[in-house]
Amino acid sequence: MGLTITEKILARAAGREMVEAGDIVRVKVDVVMGHDVTLPLSILEFERMGAPTVFDREKVIAVSDHFAPASNIAAADRIKMVRDFAHQHELLHYFEPGCGQSGVCHALLPEEGLILPGSVILGADSHTTTYGALGAFATGMGSTDIAAAMALGETWLRVPESLRLYYRGELGRWTSGKDLILHTLDRLGVAGAIYKALEFCGPMIEKLDVSGRFTMCNMAVEAGAKNGIVAPDDQTAKYLRGKTSRPYEALRSDPDARYAATFEFECQGLEPQVAFPFSPDNVRPVQDGVDVKLDAAFIGSCTNGRIEDLRVAAGILRGRSVARGVRLIVIPATQKTYVQALREGLLEVFVEAGGAVSTPTCGPCFGGHMGLLAAGERAVSTTNRNFVGRMGHPESEVYLASPAVAAASAVVGRLAHPQEVAG
Amino acid sequence: MKAFKGKAWKVGDNVDTDQIVAGRYLSLTDPEELGSHCFEGAYPELAEGFAEGDILFAGENFGCGSSREHAVVALKALGVSCIVASSFARIFFRNCINLGLLPVECPGAVASIDEGDEVSLDAEAGKIEDLTKGLLFEFDPMQPFLDDILAAGDLTSYVQKRLAEGHAG
Repeated sequence: MGLTITEKILARAAGREMVEAGDIVRVKVDVVMGHDVTLPLSILEFERMGAPTVFDREKVIAVSDHFAPASNIAAADRIKMVRDFAHQHELLHYFEPGCGQSGVCHALLPEEGLILPGSVILGADSHTTTYGALGAFATGMGSTDIAAAMALGETWLRVPESLRLYYRGELGRWTSGKDLILHTLDRLGVAGAIYKALEFCGPMIEKLDVSGRFTMCNMAVEAGAKNGIVAPDDQTAKYLRGKTSRPYEALRSDPDARYAATFEFECQGLEPQVAFPFSPDNVRPVQDGVDVKLDAAFIGSCTNGRIEDLRVAAGILRGRSVARGVRLIVIPATQKTYVQALREGLLEVFVEAGGAVSTPTCGPCFGGHMGLLAAGERAVSTTNRNFVGRMGHPESEVYLASPAVAAASAVVGRLAHPQEVAG
Repeated sequence: MKAFKGKAWKVGDNVDTDQIVAGRYLSLTDPEELGSHCFEGAYPELAEGFAEGDILFAGENFGCGSSREHAVVALKALGVSCIVASSFARIFFRNCINLGLLPVECPGAVASIDEGDEVSLDAEAGKIEDLTKGLLFEFDPMQPFLDDILAAGDLTSYVQKRLAEGHAG
């Protein structure tokens, strides 16, 4: 019997010939990552565990991105705790705004060449699933699990059943990976893939750029999945070139691999999608929302803060202004993305349109800082969650969409199809 | 820690960790402080009235969303030591095990028990009783693969043991 790519990676990490869905395995991990929200709890547990130091100072990675630059004194204390831990254990990779390369962890690690196909990545953050876009097994865990992995260099996992998600068709001018994953969540539901691996494949995925694949794997967790994954191909190799010279093996699922189910998506003519409050699976075509007036628009995050996203948004905002009564916040996800956007003149477009541009941070996406919503306010956001109170007051509302829809909506002042603005 | 008796509290499907403890409180690490914001805005009566021994009943996919362990810390500080749900989100489920908060999957009990019912739960026997309605429900005790961790007490104690045995590699 053949194996899925997820099973192959886990078998290798467990030192076994093969594994089957449902097996409990102890696996070696290649990267253990945490950030300024989750690492403080990990550090407290790590110290209680009594480990003299981390299992590998090159493989334990710390990122201050959620409340950084520190939004208040409590946050400053937590970030200091992470920074001190990184220095004390001489971690090779510690990232913080203002200290060289930095950014939102899930955009940053791949950009720094720290994620390789076939590796096992654990992150103390649910959107760790993002790295599956490069053909890695990547999953989120809580702080104590991460503390244990930092100490032992291993973790236990139940090998997940895989769902095969097969996409056909061509993306339209105004559709993207974000629309594909929202469309997918509409079909699967937020509990549709609990404990499972989502394997994205088919001709449409083969054509989708790596940036779009990151967006899709990022939101795999919104269906409850353990991981999302795309088999590495030429696009993956091209993405990795110049970022890392470390060798890797490009694993693929066998033709006779076993799947719990296959879902086929015919995406020809798919319209831009929007997830309405208060769930990422409450998805409708953008045309259904053109009466929804907005107070804010946010473009950024680990879901859609990459250079490709900013180019699309700037293409719509160039020479236009944000609607009266709407505030636009744009946050390049990493320092490198920021510089690139600066060189390409994209930041100038955002600022001239009236938008506010910030240094990389996760702030607004999780209601942490940098533009929270007041009671009764509505925002269109390129982020991944629109739960009650996610971006501010429990009576505020978040509409999840692509950078194209967010930019067009910022110009019109209500949810808008990009073609309304840019033709 | 294995047997509970109290009042049943109910929440719906897909209760996410933002509702359990909102993002703006994530720079806190003190359990009492986190507990004071548990279910804030989402279930104020539950946050106010939950007492030791009471049992939380939830629908599908309880604890979905963020990996924040703060959610489990906040629930424990509120006095929750056992949650019965139709199903759990996976990261939340692991966090419960790791921090010693008992997660029980029992959709039948969730469907039949109403808020305010007097309930008891015996984890070792795998039994939930609705004393108000006179109903009995059974669930599968914890899967054996977690025995090593549970036998050690919690994940931190398990790692301490492994490190002491020299299995750090």
